[in-house]
Amino acid sequence: MNRRLWRKMVNSVMLTLTGICTVIAVSCLFVILGYLLYNGVRSLDWSFFTKLPLAPGEEGGGMANAIVGSLEIVGLAAAMGIPVGFLAGVYLSEYEDRVFASLVRYVADLLNGVPSIVIGIVAWTLVVVPMKQFSAFAGAVALSIMLIPIVTRQTEQFMREVPNSLREGALALGAHKWKAVATVVVPAASKGVLTGMILGVARVAGETAPLLFTAFNNQFWNGGLGQPTASLPVQIYLRATSPYDDWHRQAWAAGLVLIALVLVANIAARYVLAKGISVPRG
Amino acid sequence: MATAVQTRHRVNLLDQVGDRAARLITLIFAASIVLAALLIVYVLWTDSAAARHRLGWGFLASSQWNPVTEQFGGLPFIYGTVLTSVLALLISVPLGVGSAIFLSELAPANTSNALTFLVELLAAIPSVIYGLLAIFTLVPLMRSYVEPFLRSVLGFLPLFQGIAYGVGYLTAGVILAVMTFPFIISVSREALLAVPREQREAALALGATHWETTWDVVVPYARLGIMGSIFLGLARALGETMAVTMVIGNSAAIHVSLFAPGHTIAAVIANEFAEATGDVYRGVLIELGLVLFCLTIILNGAARLMIVATTRKGSQR
Repeated sequence: MNRRLWRKMVNSVMLTLTGICTVIAVSCLFVILGYLLYNGVRSLDWSFFTKLPLAPGEEGGGMANAIVGSLEIVGLAAAMGIPVGFLAGVYLSEYEDRVFASLVRYVADLLNGVPSIVIGIVAWTLVVVPMKQFSAFAGAVALSIMLIPIVTRQTEQFMREVPNSLREGALALGAHKWKAVATVVVPAASKGVLTGMILGVARVAGETAPLLFTAFNNQFWNGGLGQPTASLPVQIYLRATSPYDDWHRQAWAAGLVLIALVLVANIAARYVLAKGISVPRG
Repeated sequence: MATAVQTRHRVNLLDQVGDRAARLITLIFAASIVLAALLIVYVLWTDSAAARHRLGWGFLASSQWNPVTEQFGGLPFIYGTVLTSVLALLISVPLGVGSAIFLSELAPANTSNALTFLVELLAAIPSVIYGLLAIFTLVPLMRSYVEPFLRSVLGFLPLFQGIAYGVGYLTAGVILAVMTFPFIISVSREALLAVPREQREAALALGATHWETTWDVVVPYARLGIMGSIFLGLARALGETMAVTMVIGNSAAIHVSLFAPGHTIAAVIANEFAEATGDVYRGVLIELGLVLFCLTIILNGAARLMIVATTRKGSQR
């Protein structure tokens, strides 16, 4: 009897504990978002979006150049990384050679786990050293190296979810394989593939470490993609670690803008665009 | 008639060429992923050549770090990297596995999916944002409350002695814990959900309680996937840069106290790479990057194999 009571007690205590773990985990998100919102909204003003940064210590100014810089870097990275990742994903899902495809898949997963700071070093060697200058382009190369494996794996998984009967139908109607893939499989998977791309871009858009010594930073407009360029994440880092109160305020404002972009992209991609599609993770 | 046959022939030819071309093009892009990985290894290896020839690998065991006098010891960074990651796992593994159990075994499917979505949003938050929050909220909190409390309770251990700086190993460990548990939860949950229903039913039918079923049957069945998720989390923690750089305190020495400022491999690269002068100094940083790269590749490699072996997603592949 006692033993049974003990087992029942252990049961309810441990199950409650797992519930508490979940509450803690989920509440982390709300604490983080709430605090960011509280500090960010207080700090955000119109000049944040329209003005250039002022000299260190001076009050006021904004981050117009960093916002545009981030858009340039991320846009360029997407333009370079998405086509590569997409076509590689098509290969993995449609033209599977067992050995080579699993090698590519495995390497893509490993590449996905390479620390972003290491990617920064590689982009520095490949672009900054030969160009003898920090540039938006170098930053975009670093981000695109990170983007490719993400887009590849997501494209593959969504294309695999397309039922085989669709492929067979297209082939039975006389279409060649490439035509079947291009006109039937890709359109059928397009929503999911697009979701994967948005998630990938949202992920690299917040990356700071690979930009530190590739895109570097700039007080002014960059004057071209071959020049050092300010970006939102790097600005947050520099301002948060600076000794000036007004810069701290701007770091909060930039943090709010960045997180809003990232979360809106995430939620939109998963809930609106991919409604009913399970989003593969990892 | 003849022209019709000809056009048809031409179309067929286009299709055949198209098939080959499409295969070849996608193959080239797929191969470029492998090439990119090889390129990373090659770049890290050749870039660190100057440092490797000058110092060999022995510098990794030395703890003297003074770039001005060309003393390069990598040990403080390796120590800091490993220590902060272990601290992170001490917090995030129980929390993550506990939550994964709740989400897979107790919560109704809809609730579980919604909560998992929220947890995964945590993983989408950029690391610099974690750093921003940590600097202005976690650091003062640790300095004024958590660290003095730990010192008064566990102060007899050398780990919990000394000045409460706020920045340091412990704070970095806490922020890394928050950054790693989303991965642990998400992947462990997948592994637990992949455990066949019969396993649970059999245990329950034998009279086991819900918890006994979960802990003695379901969790052991999914242990490989759970281990994989922990490895994945560990690899993330080791390579995490920005959040750690902002709270680690940047002190290139080994301190016993968890409250003391330290340094990690990723943080020292982020801090010093842009200003590193000379091939040796820069080479040393890149060599440290190579060490970090190898560590994360090994952990990720093992983790992926474990996860593929157990989860539903894995078995579909």
